[in-house]
Amino acid sequence: MKDKFIVSPAPHLHDRTSIPNVMWNVVIALLPALVFAVYYWGWRSLWLTLLGALSAVLTEALIQKLRKVPITISDGSAFLTGMLLSYNISANSPWWLPVLGAAFAIAVGKQVFGGLGNNPVNPALLGRAFLLASWPSLMTSGDTWIKTLSRPFSQASINGISNLDLIHQNLQTVAPKAYDLVTSATPLKVAQTLRDSSFVNTITSSDSLNSVISNNIFTSLFDLGTLQQLFWGNVGGCIGEVSVFALLLGAAYLLWKNIIEWRIPLFYIGTVFVLTFFLGGIKGTGYSLMLPFFHIFAGGLMLGAFFMATDYTTSPLTKKGRVIYAIGCGLMTVIIRLWGGYPEGVSYSILFMNVMTPLIDKITMPKAFGRIKK
Amino acid sequence: MRLKTFPGGVHPHDYKHYSASVPIEELPLPQKVIISLSQHIGSPSTPLVKVGDEVKAGQKIADASGFVSIPQHASISGKVSKIDIFPHPSGTPQLGIEISSDGSDNWVELADDPNYLELSPQEIRSRIAEAGICGMGGAGFPSVVKLSPPEDKPIDTVILNGVECEPYLTADYRLMLERASDVIAGLKILLKILNAPRGIIGIEANKPEAIALMQKLTADDSQISVAPLKLQYPQGAEKQLIYAITRRKVPAGGLPMAVGAVVENVGTAAAIYEAVRFRKPLVERITTVTGSIVQNPKNLKVRIGTPFYELVNFCGGITGDIGKIISGGPMMGVALPSLDAPVAKGCSGLVLLNTREARSIKERNCLRCARCVDVCPMNLMPSLIAQAVKGNNLDLAVQAGLDDCMKCGSCAYVCPAHIRIVQWIDTGKLRIAEQRASNK
Repeated sequence: MKDKFIVSPAPHLHDRTSIPNVMWNVVIALLPALVFAVYYWGWRSLWLTLLGALSAVLTEALIQKLRKVPITISDGSAFLTGMLLSYNISANSPWWLPVLGAAFAIAVGKQVFGGLGNNPVNPALLGRAFLLASWPSLMTSGDTWIKTLSRPFSQASINGISNLDLIHQNLQTVAPKAYDLVTSATPLKVAQTLRDSSFVNTITSSDSLNSVISNNIFTSLFDLGTLQQLFWGNVGGCIGEVSVFALLLGAAYLLWKNIIEWRIPLFYIGTVFVLTFFLGGIKGTGYSLMLPFFHIFAGGLMLGAFFMATDYTTSPLTKKGRVIYAIGCGLMTVIIRLWGGYPEGVSYSILFMNVMTPLIDKITMPKAFGRIKK
Repeated sequence: MRLKTFPGGVHPHDYKHYSASVPIEELPLPQKVIISLSQHIGSPSTPLVKVGDEVKAGQKIADASGFVSIPQHASISGKVSKIDIFPHPSGTPQLGIEISSDGSDNWVELADDPNYLELSPQEIRSRIAEAGICGMGGAGFPSVVKLSPPEDKPIDTVILNGVECEPYLTADYRLMLERASDVIAGLKILLKILNAPRGIIGIEANKPEAIALMQKLTADDSQISVAPLKLQYPQGAEKQLIYAITRRKVPAGGLPMAVGAVVENVGTAAAIYEAVRFRKPLVERITTVTGSIVQNPKNLKVRIGTPFYELVNFCGGITGDIGKIISGGPMMGVALPSLDAPVAKGCSGLVLLNTREARSIKERNCLRCARCVDVCPMNLMPSLIAQAVKGNNLDLAVQAGLDDCMKCGSCAYVCPAHIRIVQWIDTGKLRIAEQRASNK
């Protein structure tokens, strides 16, 4: 028998969760979306994702070496940040885009503040904001979003070309622009163009328009076929954001593993749904019951609500706080989408609410069991 | 039926299979016992004997030193061989009286009083006080203090705590199975002296045999019922148990009597029965000796003061390297530096972990994942308290709940960063006590 025992404070049991366990599980949950990305856009989406992850891991290791602190790249958190960053660029981006974005995310978004757990905002989203500010054309121009191939998933695309594409093509014709058949705008970009175009009425009389447009441009954008396309991800968009199905699969895994909690995604998506239900039709573009569904399926909302807004470090500690935070995210997203200069508002909404988190924590500090509420 | 419980909490694997089915066995008389003078909350007992005195089992050898204190009794017969500082199951050495056995187990006279329920509440209280009874679930609050509420605080509910929510421990479970009638008799005594209309025995759903037996034995009693509870740690914590059963919240800093409740452990109830009926002092208890490296985990009836190594030897010794020696359960128990400490009145178990089970993982930065906030049964912000204590911001620590923490350890149990939250909270409690003392 040894005569030296460990004398440490209680508890002496642990539920065996650990930081690597949490981080790698989130990486696993993100894999279905990557499978879909590879299916739609080819292996390039995988290489870009890996480049982003690798760049994040190397940046973290380098900075930790310079800071003379333990190197913790095996915990998966840097890998996850790099992966999420890459999920926010398009599959035909140049190779250096995710490399620079991920390096910035880790260096300026995370390590500057002291590393894991100390960053005020989501590093991956900060990296995305950096790329968007530095290379706006690469990040937003409709031409960089690769047109999706025809896949048997979507009813609309079986017929060769989808409503989304048709609408966009026609809008382009009316407002002439260089238009390349292999690219297509994201659904939200189409919606924004539609929203901002004063020519919705004029184009109906144009003889160059096909039947889809002349019937009703609006109902074609917000029809079931579009929703189906959005659900499977057969649309233009960033690597990891397009397939609602794949993201929900990963989200279900995280919920089942108790890694994320339901409040943030539910209240975030719910807020977007409710607000677009009531406000989506203003701006004179007409109204459809499909509109709120379109808004929750399109763009980065699913990726943002389940994988970014739920980031531990940058979301509130209390349940009440998480609800406030999620509603705030939803509100900001809708405001940007309906009135903003960008077609998509998920990442800025989350960044904005990240900054609000300390404030929310402060006002939602709970009263201890048995204490009278003041 | 929906089982009752409380908000928050965790679900550790219960590890009770090692000893749950092992009937209580009596440990042979030890060579010596160490009767600690601090086996309870309150002031240490005052010794009544000196080195060289001959004592009988059951003889009072130390007296209560105030209202919140208890007397201590010799648990074996023999000679007082030493009065000194001895190892203690709390980890901090304490003054105690060592008795070397004469091997004869010669007892003071006990008298059966079958009409004990006709005694006056005052008389019953004095018998409980004389028997040196304190809470046997761990905290060790002197029972007679609990049972003497002021007149303006009527008690309407007496709760017996048969929850045993700590993993590994099965002492209360075996006691409820093997001495159920003593437990119920103890509860009846409590109901009588407190003049309370109802008594409820709270048992977690992982002990269906105990629930069934207690329900069977109390079926004809209109005053007593059994409350099966959902499996959830720390249900055995007094405030959580009261809330689970009655939905009443004990005010912060208050005692259960503030909401008309009194809680006693089932073991304490059985001891109270013996004390009132037979005037038998509290000199023995049931203790679980368990863990993956204990050869034969057992539930032992042991004399108070028996050194832990005697218990382990009786269980066949160990089969591997000990990593940790835990007095009590693994969630709130104390890791001891050796097996020399004696069994105290509140020692419900001795858990031995092997080196792998005891390994500790390096503390990392807080991720702010808020698991600790979600599980805290006191509705505190444990990560924030720990962080505030680290940064020596005691005001923030108090704001986040430092004073209300009962150190159940749920937060540290779920922390993915392995932050020693309870240790930081302990540090904070010490610092704030110093600060408040110097401000006076």
